[in-house]
This record gives sequence, C-alpha cells and structure tokens, in this order.
Amino acid sequence: MKKQTETIGWTREGMAQRLAQDIPNGSYVNLGIGIPELVARFVPEGRMFIYHTENGLLGMGPSPAEGAGDPELINAGKRHVTANLGAAYFHHADSFAMIRGGHLDLSVLGAMQIAQNGDLANWSTGKADAIPAVGGAMDLVAGVKQVFVITQHCTKAGEPKLVEACSYPLTGQGVVDRIYSNLAVIDITPDGFRVVSLCPGVDFETVQERTGAPLLPAHE
Amino acid sequence: MRMIDKRVPSAAEAVADIADGSSIMVGGFGEAGSPIELIHALIDQGASDLTIISNNAGSGEVGLAALFKERRVSKVICSFPKTLNSTVFPELYREGFTELELVPQGTLAERIRAGGAGVPAFYTPTAVGTPLAKGKELRVLNGREYLLEFGLRADYALIKGLIADTHGNVLYNKTARNFAPIMATAADVTIVQVAQVAEPGAIDPETVVTPGIFVDRVVEVAKPAHESELIAAGVCYP
Repeated sequence: MKKQTETIGWTREGMAQRLAQDIPNGSYVNLGIGIPELVARFVPEGRMFIYHTENGLLGMGPSPAEGAGDPELINAGKRHVTANLGAAYFHHADSFAMIRGGHLDLSVLGAMQIAQNGDLANWSTGKADAIPAVGGAMDLVAGVKQVFVITQHCTKAGEPKLVEACSYPLTGQGVVDRIYSNLAVIDITPDGFRVVSLCPGVDFETVQERTGAPLLPAHE
Repeated sequence: MRMIDKRVPSAAEAVADIADGSSIMVGGFGEAGSPIELIHALIDQGASDLTIISNNAGSGEVGLAALFKERRVSKVICSFPKTLNSTVFPELYREGFTELELVPQGTLAERIRAGGAGVPAFYTPTAVGTPLAKGKELRVLNGREYLLEFGLRADYALIKGLIADTHGNVLYNKTARNFAPIMATAADVTIVQVAQVAEPGAIDPETVVTPGIFVDRVVEVAKPAHESELIAAGVCYP
C-alpha cells in the first residue's frame, strides 16, 4: 500500500454535512472537539437536534458574537457557547449518567485509528513523553447508543486510519458503528468495513488503496 | 436553638487549617467554576504534599496551575491534565515530581458521587479493554464486561458557586456547576466561595442545587477573577 497524501473527496464541511443527513429528527447528540463540531452547522431543513456537552449543558447553542462570551458558559472544548431556549444545566454525575446510561442517541468523535472490528483509538499515541489525557471519550463510546467517527481517511503523513488492528492505545473495544471520512461512508459490520456510499467522484479502488484492511462493497 | 451561620470572613481563614499531605477536591472544568480565590489563599497558606482531585490541571500560571508551579502537589487525580497555554503540569509530570492518576471523566464523576453517597465501589463499562483497565477487576454482568471502580473522598473540597445562604445552600452559574455539587458531598470539609451570601429564605428551596448539609464554610468573593482574564492581563500568581 502506498502512502496517500493528496487531498481528495469531501472537505471537512462536506463530511460534516453528509453525517448530519443521517441524524434523525429529535436526536440527543454529543459532538466531540474538531471536525465533529462542524456537524452543528448542517442541520437538515425540518429537523432539530439537541446538543449535549459533557461539562453540563443540554441544549447547547452556537458560539456567541466575538467578545460576548461568558467564561462560565463553555463547551467540552472549553470554548464559549450559548444556551438555547429549553436548555438545562446539570452537574457532572448527571451528565455522565446521560452518557453511560444510554440516554444520548449519538456521539460523534474524531479518531486516530479505527479497526475493522470497531475498536477506536483517539486519545493517546502511547509515546513515553506524551501527557496522557482522556477526558470523556471512553465514557461516550461505552455508553452512547450510536457512535459515529468523522475523520480524514488517512493521517497527514498519508498512513491509513482504517486498519486491521489499532496500534495506538484503545478508547473502546468494538464501539464504532459508522465512519464518515473524506472519501466514503463506511459501516463496521461483523464481516469488517463495508462501504455505505462513496464521495461523488471517488471510486471503490481509490478508497481501498487508502484503507489498511479489506473493504466490502456497498450492498446493491 | 443554635443559630447556623457558615460564613467565614475571608478566603485565607477558610483554608487556614488545611494541613500538609491533605487531599483536596477542586471544582471547575477549565476555568468555569474554578475557585481561584480559594486556591490562591491555599498557595499563600503554604500547605504542601497535597493530593488534588480535579478534572484539569490549570492554565497559565494562575489558580490551579500556580499551585502546581509552587510544587505543592505531589499527586493529581484527573481526566484531562493537558491544557492550553500551560507548561506547568507537563514539566512537573515529566520530572516525576507530581504523580498522575488518569481517570476517565465520567468515572471520575461517578467515583466522587459514590464517595459522597456512601457507596464504596461500583462497576462501570467505561475503559474496558483499554490501558486504563490495567489492574482492575473485570466482571461480567448481564452479559457485558465491567470494571470495578472505587468511590473517592477527600479531606477538603474547594468549590465555587454564585449565591449561597448562611446555611450553605448553593446555587451555581451555568456550566460553572460541573463537579462542584458532587465534590461538596464527598469531602470532610467543603468550602464554597460565592459572589453573594444571602439570608436564609432568599433562595427558593425548590431551586437549591447543593443543600446546606453538604457545605461547611461559605466565603463571599464578590467579584471572582476568571483564569482567562488573569492570563490575558499577564498575571502570574503569587
């Protein structure tokens, strides 16, 4: 497999927009930091999602105007946010009861590696000098009903992120349901990675070349 | 009837009895809810060899990060010690001065909740199959694997609220609530700083978040500082 560093397929916004199309109306959703945050910009017409941020807010709204932020109204990425009408604040044990207790419908996370059995690695490179920091990722993947990963298909160095087995420390075992990359939407199935749909203009072979495990074609 | 009044005149007096070697829960998620004035009073007071239980390890060189920088913390129990614009904790960690017990955020919250509720241990699905499961008892319940985790208590909790009455009933501000209500339950001595202290009756009992039984000392800090504002102003404490 050759390294692939050229940029093809969906943009970050395109990936987020594609993912947002698959969220049912009325879902309670937790968006991770980075590309997952972009999903909130692309709520399809006629649908409403309620965003949970694990630091204690359900009904999170968009960022406030520049300079209008409240240092005590932030999201899990520690950025200023707003609270929508109908929002609720709560403490951390309640927040993770929502997560671990299976009350949230969807968690959208970034990834360093995803294995063909649904294992996820997204918190540590495992390097000796790294400062370990896990946050709420392990709780989210253990408890939320569905876990979607949104990520570039390959690393900046061109290595595949979709692999046979993760080499980085795991966040959770067999926890990922679906991957939205710049090249394709891919399900984790008992038989491994299966393409759900390809980015327009990208063919199956191109995705397979950039994937570290066998890909199954989309069902007819 | 003995009058109840949990007010203490100053942050310095509120933390005066914290001894070397104490364990202290510190509220806050990032800067939201960080009890900066209580932490600064603790720095002034001089206690060392502390175990800190807090979600983060502070930013810049104020508040929690300043406590680390003064080399007062020998161990931290934490979910996310990586912070923006701070090299304080990473340097102490790499040097081996401050020990880190890394705990997933929800497990940290539930360990504190359990500690405060008289529950010594519980099973959780979080972290099964990960490096953070190392050395932990694994048990299958209802066909799924769970890890044994232990309740967490501390000698002190330092937390920040918005309003408290003299009985110690507390209201919080937005996402500054985070860990404070559970930490209040899990410490032998809970010290809360609030922007305003009210008379009993000023807070509607239906809206009380932390009932006064969980609070020992109330300090009024009328205009609490925010970490980001101090950092922007170039403040390094002390």
